[in-house]
Amino acid sequence: MNLTLKIWRQVDANDKGKMVDYKVTEISESMSFLEMMDVLNEQLVNAGDQPVAFDHDCREGICGMCSMYINGEAHGPDRGVTTCQLHMRMFKDGDTITIEPWRAAAFPVIKDLVVNRSAFDRIQHAGGYISVNTSGNTQDANSIPISKHAADQAMDAATCIGCGACVATCKNSSAMLFVGAKVSQYALLPQGQIEAADRVQNMVAQMDLEGFGNCTNTGACEVECPKGISLDNIARMNRELMKANI
Amino acid sequence: MALDSKIPKGPIKDKWTDYKNHINLVNPANKRHIDVIVVGTGLAGGSASATLAELGYNVKSFAYQDSPRRAHSIAAQGGINAAKNYQGDGDSTFRLFYDTVKGGDYRSREANVYRLAEVSANIIDQCVAQGVPFARDYGGLLDNRSFGGVLVSRTFYAKGQTGQQLLLGAYSAMNRQIARGKIEMFNRHEMLDVVIVDGKARGIIARNLVTGEIERHSAHAVVIASGGYGNVYFLSTNAMGSNVTAGWKVHKKGAFFANPCYTQIHPTCIPRSGDYQSKLTLMSESLRNDGRIWVPKSLEDVKAIREGSKKPTDLTQDERDYFLERRYPAFGNLVPRDVASRAAKERCDAGYGVNATGEAVYLDFASSFERYGKEQAKIHNLENPSTAKIKELGQEIVKAKYGNLFQMYEKIIDQNPYETPMMIYPAVHYTMGGVWVDYNLMTTIPGCYAIGEANFSEHGANRLGASALMQGLADGYFVLPYTIGDYLADDIRTGKISTNSPEFEAAEKEVSERIEFFINNKGTHSVDYYHKKLGKIMWDKCGMSRNEEGLKNAIEEISALRNDFWKNVNVPGTATEYNEQLAKAGRVADFLELGELFAKDALQREESAGGHFREEHQTEDGEAKRRKEFQYVSAWEYKGEPKDAVLHKEELAYENIEVKERSYK
Repeated sequence: MNLTLKIWRQVDANDKGKMVDYKVTEISESMSFLEMMDVLNEQLVNAGDQPVAFDHDCREGICGMCSMYINGEAHGPDRGVTTCQLHMRMFKDGDTITIEPWRAAAFPVIKDLVVNRSAFDRIQHAGGYISVNTSGNTQDANSIPISKHAADQAMDAATCIGCGACVATCKNSSAMLFVGAKVSQYALLPQGQIEAADRVQNMVAQMDLEGFGNCTNTGACEVECPKGISLDNIARMNRELMKANI
Repeated sequence: MALDSKIPKGPIKDKWTDYKNHINLVNPANKRHIDVIVVGTGLAGGSASATLAELGYNVKSFAYQDSPRRAHSIAAQGGINAAKNYQGDGDSTFRLFYDTVKGGDYRSREANVYRLAEVSANIIDQCVAQGVPFARDYGGLLDNRSFGGVLVSRTFYAKGQTGQQLLLGAYSAMNRQIARGKIEMFNRHEMLDVVIVDGKARGIIARNLVTGEIERHSAHAVVIASGGYGNVYFLSTNAMGSNVTAGWKVHKKGAFFANPCYTQIHPTCIPRSGDYQSKLTLMSESLRNDGRIWVPKSLEDVKAIREGSKKPTDLTQDERDYFLERRYPAFGNLVPRDVASRAAKERCDAGYGVNATGEAVYLDFASSFERYGKEQAKIHNLENPSTAKIKELGQEIVKAKYGNLFQMYEKIIDQNPYETPMMIYPAVHYTMGGVWVDYNLMTTIPGCYAIGEANFSEHGANRLGASALMQGLADGYFVLPYTIGDYLADDIRTGKISTNSPEFEAAEKEVSERIEFFINNKGTHSVDYYHKKLGKIMWDKCGMSRNEEGLKNAIEEISALRNDFWKNVNVPGTATEYNEQLAKAGRVADFLELGELFAKDALQREESAGGHFREEHQTEDGEAKRRKEFQYVSAWEYKGEPKDAVLHKEELAYENIEVKERSYK
């Protein structure tokens, strides 16, 4: 198929940036979206132009690196996938596709479609861990049984890949789904109880400091999350925070 | 220079304990004055960084991604082995040790593998304490599954995302130390050289990938944890950015590179679909617990399937060749990876491949749907359940186990694997070869260590499933923190290492000159053009089976391709901006050298062992044939061009395991 691409180009963080039109031809529907971008970039390099910068790495939907806002949707029109897992069979010959970076005050653009997500790391530094040193002398892994239900729920929360689609899609650029998922993972496990109060308070404080917005329960984050992280995690975080503050 | 593996004396089960009891320690006050650089933040690098910082060292960690959490360990799916024997099925430290040595086709070092098996149980305890949500059974205890090449269930897992959960565990441990200021994290940075001062590794030259700035970083020791070099094939299951550069740079500065030709070609990957393909996707080996691998028995059926006039589900059981079950009745679909891959290739080469390219075999879950469905029907007291009901119940169980893998398959291939068998084909996945290290995990450069997949490791000529995660975390959490202390105990009076020395100056100059070359060379071909050409040579001539003629050709062709690269490569943009093409040019330049050494190593190793299959050396029924005279590690010393590399041999002694024919029949 032949496509028109409207892509956000921005030289660096200080540049104003603009949309630029490109044409690509003979795109196979079995290609992934990023393979289509590779075709475009090879074309640009061979023509002596600057290729489009975009983040990507594992290309199997787990590293959380890729981050494109495609036709007004984080990770594009398919559900439950990252941009790298999006396939061209979702588009039609002759389509015009608009591609933008994540847009949020807390995620400044580095270049073109590449943004800086280190705010997420700093929230994790504030409390996204259990304080246990490596020793080889921790208690046996089976000494505390954990109900399958709790373990599965913790796993569902822990499945977050930290891509930032939730922030990008939220009208308030809220990071509540991301933070809620981490708080929930530990809140659901016995190992996480000791530091639960400090953890939620510190992580939420850092989240606010980074300039993420508040949650107004529209649920767009849950829809766009490539890993299907549930809104329940935001409710659980709020409950944990309330408990900690009392 | 003679290779000294520094294996401690004494009985194998006491070596590690005795070693730990007698090494030098650094007191906590002195650790504050010692710096360690760790390159890479995967399971090995992440766990090492966190543990060294907990101990009190000042750690500087480097990752080319935007966060340590994105290292490619995150993509490991199936699980992590540990000799816990929670299932009471006869597992033990010795059995894990034995399986790993046998699985590696008797080409690994006994003492290292035993230590790995010994600390494996601690890893699970540590991870659970960190909040890693491993799968559990209804009683609340940890669940296990079985992996290829073993007869016990010792694999712990977190859905099909075990690597992700273990990496996030190590990342969380890192975060705690970053928050305390004990780890200084350098994201979007790439190591471009190691700096040697007075014969010791004392720092690195790194490039900030956002600004292009070249930086000098000093330390008392340098740890390379940068993963494997599967991307030398262009197409592999590695991440797009995975590269050999850190390992290759230390090799060029004096670290020997061991067994480069030992590559793992993983049997269960999604087949390629076209020339535009940028990477291959793995489906966890755990699928072979429940999936059966087959091709049609008759070539007419193959033809009909390829033309679309027959569907795989149309074929009766009698019309199917379950070739792994046929050839290896004892292990069946759970033979080790090298064996499964070669068997699939053998069928496809004989014309039985089931897709348009002729490079695919089926992985079929129909039997499992039925087996689990009947079990569920019993559990739920359903009398005379219909076939459809049984299938539905069975599918629910399979979905709970591998749902994310089935979804991934469907998104890529656009076929529903619950209704039609999956198509799979082997792909490059892991490299057993790497930087040579001694028992202390130190390379032949004093103060330079290599851990995880970056070293030549404990896996010999073939790695068993779920053992990479085990080795990465064992090295980082439990081995390196001891061994590096023994070395650093001599450095307590050294003080801060200056970056203003002539050695740093020279290393920086070399790095800058290479970058300037790329930017100023107005060539005609893109970096990917060369990478794809290299990949094709590697796959065709250094792939699942190799022969003398092909390897000799490969050496010539790679050398010619490298010369062409240095004349005609085209890198757009400047050196002072975010420039992915520039970063990639440096990585491909290193792959072009490694590729030739790889072929040279494969040519020199005139035997078949594990993932290295030489057509000249096979048994009558096509199995790999080891040769006693090659029972050594090939460690290559850099001497300029890859063709001039000098071979050093580390003889392997087996005192606790009898070397036998590796049979899975």
